[in-house]
Amino acid sequence: MTTTADASETATADDLRPRPDSPRRRWIRRGAPVAAFAVLAILPFSTLDLPGLLPGPANSPGSLQLLAVCLVFAGLAATYDLLFGRTGLLSFGHALYVALGSYTVNIAVTKLGLTLPAALLLAVLVGLVVPALLGAVALRVNGIAFAMVTLATAQVGSILVMSDPGRLTGGEEGLPLAPDAIPAFLSGVTNTANLYWIALGYLIVVLAVIAWVVASEPGRVWQAIRENERRVSVLGLPPYRFRLLAFVIASFLATLGGVVHLFLVGGSSPQITTSNFTLAFLVMVVLGGTGSRWGAMLGGVLYTYLDHRLAALGTSDAVAGLPEVLRAPLSEPLFVLGVLFIVMVYFLPGGLASLAARLRGRTR
Amino acid sequence: MSNIVLLALTGLGLGALYFLIASGLSLIFGLADVLNFAHGLFLAVGAYGTWWSSTHLGFPFVPAVMFGVVAGTVTAVLVETLLIRPLYRRTIEQVLVTVGLSLAGVALLQAAFGADPLTFPRPEWATGTTRILGAIVPNDRFLLIGAAVVVLVAIQVFLRRTRFGLIVRAGVEDRTMVTALGINVRTAFTLVFAIGGAAAALAGALAGVYFGNVSPGQGTSLLIFAFIVVVIGGMGSVTGSAIAAVLVGLVQQFTSFYAAAGVGEASVVLLLAVVLLARPGGLAGRAA
Repeated sequence: MTTTADASETATADDLRPRPDSPRRRWIRRGAPVAAFAVLAILPFSTLDLPGLLPGPANSPGSLQLLAVCLVFAGLAATYDLLFGRTGLLSFGHALYVALGSYTVNIAVTKLGLTLPAALLLAVLVGLVVPALLGAVALRVNGIAFAMVTLATAQVGSILVMSDPGRLTGGEEGLPLAPDAIPAFLSGVTNTANLYWIALGYLIVVLAVIAWVVASEPGRVWQAIRENERRVSVLGLPPYRFRLLAFVIASFLATLGGVVHLFLVGGSSPQITTSNFTLAFLVMVVLGGTGSRWGAMLGGVLYTYLDHRLAALGTSDAVAGLPEVLRAPLSEPLFVLGVLFIVMVYFLPGGLASLAARLRGRTR
Repeated sequence: MSNIVLLALTGLGLGALYFLIASGLSLIFGLADVLNFAHGLFLAVGAYGTWWSSTHLGFPFVPAVMFGVVAGTVTAVLVETLLIRPLYRRTIEQVLVTVGLSLAGVALLQAAFGADPLTFPRPEWATGTTRILGAIVPNDRFLLIGAAVVVLVAIQVFLRRTRFGLIVRAGVEDRTMVTALGINVRTAFTLVFAIGGAAAALAGALAGVYFGNVSPGQGTSLLIFAFIVVVIGGMGSVTGSAIAAVLVGLVQQFTSFYAAAGVGEASVVLLLAVVLLARPGGLAGRAA
C-alpha cells in the first residue's frame, strides 16, 4: 500500500465545491482574492489598531513583522502542498530547502563577502541543482520509504549545520546576517514595511506559479498520479519524471522562501533545519486543507499567527490567573497547536478550505 | 585495538537503543500500517517516568525503570485505543494524528518539566568502567546491549511460541486474510502498541543512563535514526530491525571517530540510500 493511493482518500476542497458556478459567484471567487491582496498591500499605510489581535497598530514594525512572517509561511506551506496535496508526495525533508536558501545567501554575503545579487544567483543555482540531485535519488522509492529518505537527508543537513563546518554556519547559535551586506532599504526597524512587501510579493509569486503549473499539463498528470499511479504508467507517462518535476519546483520555491525568511528575521537559525520545522508545514497544510487553492495559505497564516500570539497569550494576565494545571500547557504554543491539529483531523478532514464549502452546502 | 573495542561496544550500545525503538515501530507499521511519530513520546514518557519516580518517590534504579516502562506502556495503549483505533484504515490520518500527538506531547512534557535537560539518576554500577582487551569501556554500554538482547529474545519467543504472536505474524503477512478467518486483529493492534510502548519507554530510561540527562526533545532525534533502522531492516521484521540497528550503530560510531563529526550521520543516510536502491523492501523486508 503506497502513500499516493491513500492521499486520494482525503477529501479535497475542490471535491466539495459546488459546481457549476453562477456568474455572480465566479466574480466573487475571482475578485475576492484580488481585493484581499490589495488590502494586504496597502496595510503598511494603515494605523488600524486591533488590540489583542496585533501587538500594535497595523503599520507598527512589530505588527508588520508578524504579518510578514505569516505571509512567508503561507507561501512555504503552499510549496509543501504542491508536494503533499497536489502530487501525493509525503516529504519529511522540506525544511532542508528552506534552510538551503537561508544559509546559502547568508554564508555567501556574511562569510564569503559576495555581493547580494551574486549571492541570490548562487541561491537560485543551488536551489535548482540540490533538489534535482536529491530528488532523483529519493524518488526511486515510493510512499513511506520516500518519506524516510527525505527525513534522513534533511537530518543530515540539520546535523551538518549544527556541527558548524569551517565555522561557516554558526552552529547552534545560528548565523546573523551582516548588517552592511544588504542594501539599506532592507535593514533596520523603520524599513519593516519593505520586508513586508517582499514577503507579500513572495506569497503572490508562489501562489501564481502553483496555480499556473497545476493547471498546466504536468499539473494534471500530478493529480492523476495522486489518484491512480498505475493508470498513469499504463497510459505511457513516466510518474518518476513528473514527480521529480513537482519536487524540484516545490523545493526551488521553498529555497526562495528561505531567502525571504533570512531577510525578514535577519539571520539563519538551526531551528529551520529540524524535522519539526517540516512537520509544521504538514500541520499547516492539513489545517488549511490539502490540495486546494487557498487552503495551505490559510493554514500557514493561522499556524504562524497562533504560534507567535499564543506565546504572548501564555504570559498574559488572563492565563496567569488560571491554576497551574491549565496555565503550564497553555503557555506552550505547540501543545495548543498539536491538540487543534488532532481535532481538525478528526472533525474537519478537508481543513479550513472545506469549511466554506460545507457552510454553503448547508444553507442551500 | 583498544579504540576499536571501545568504538564497537559503543556502537553496539547505540544500536541497542535504536533496536529498542525500532522493534516496536516496525511491528506497529508491519501490522497496522501506522507510521508512528508518537513513538518518541512513549520514549520520553519512559524517561521522565523513570526520572520522576526516582527523584520524587525515591525509587531505586530498577523499580524506577519499571515505573517508567509501565507509564510508557499505558500511554501507548491509551493512544491506540482512544486516538488511532477510530481512524482504522485511514493511514494518512493516523500518521497525522501521531504527528499532532508528538508535537503536543513533547510540548506538554516541556510545560511540566521545563525545556532544560534534567540530570538523570544513574545507579552507581552504571557509572563505572570495565577494562576489556585494553579498552576502558563504560558499564552502561553492557546494560544497553544486555537489555536489547533480552527484549529481542522476549519478542521472538512471543512471536514464535504464543497464539497472539502467531496472530501478529500472520497479520503482518496478510491482514485481510486473518480478518477473514474470523480473528479479531484489533486486539493484536493494541498488543503491538503495548509492546512497542514498553520497549520505547525502556529505551527512554536507558537513553537517560547513556546520555546522563533527559530532555523533552531527546526522543525526536533518536526516533529519526530508529525510522532509518526500520526502513533498512524492512518494515514489519523484528530480526531485520535488530541487524539494521547493529549495522547503523557501528557505522555511525566508526565513521564519526575516524572521519569528522557529522560524517557518521551522513554515512548512515548513504547506507539507507544504498540499501533502498539495491533492495527497496529493506534487508529482511517483504516487497514494498
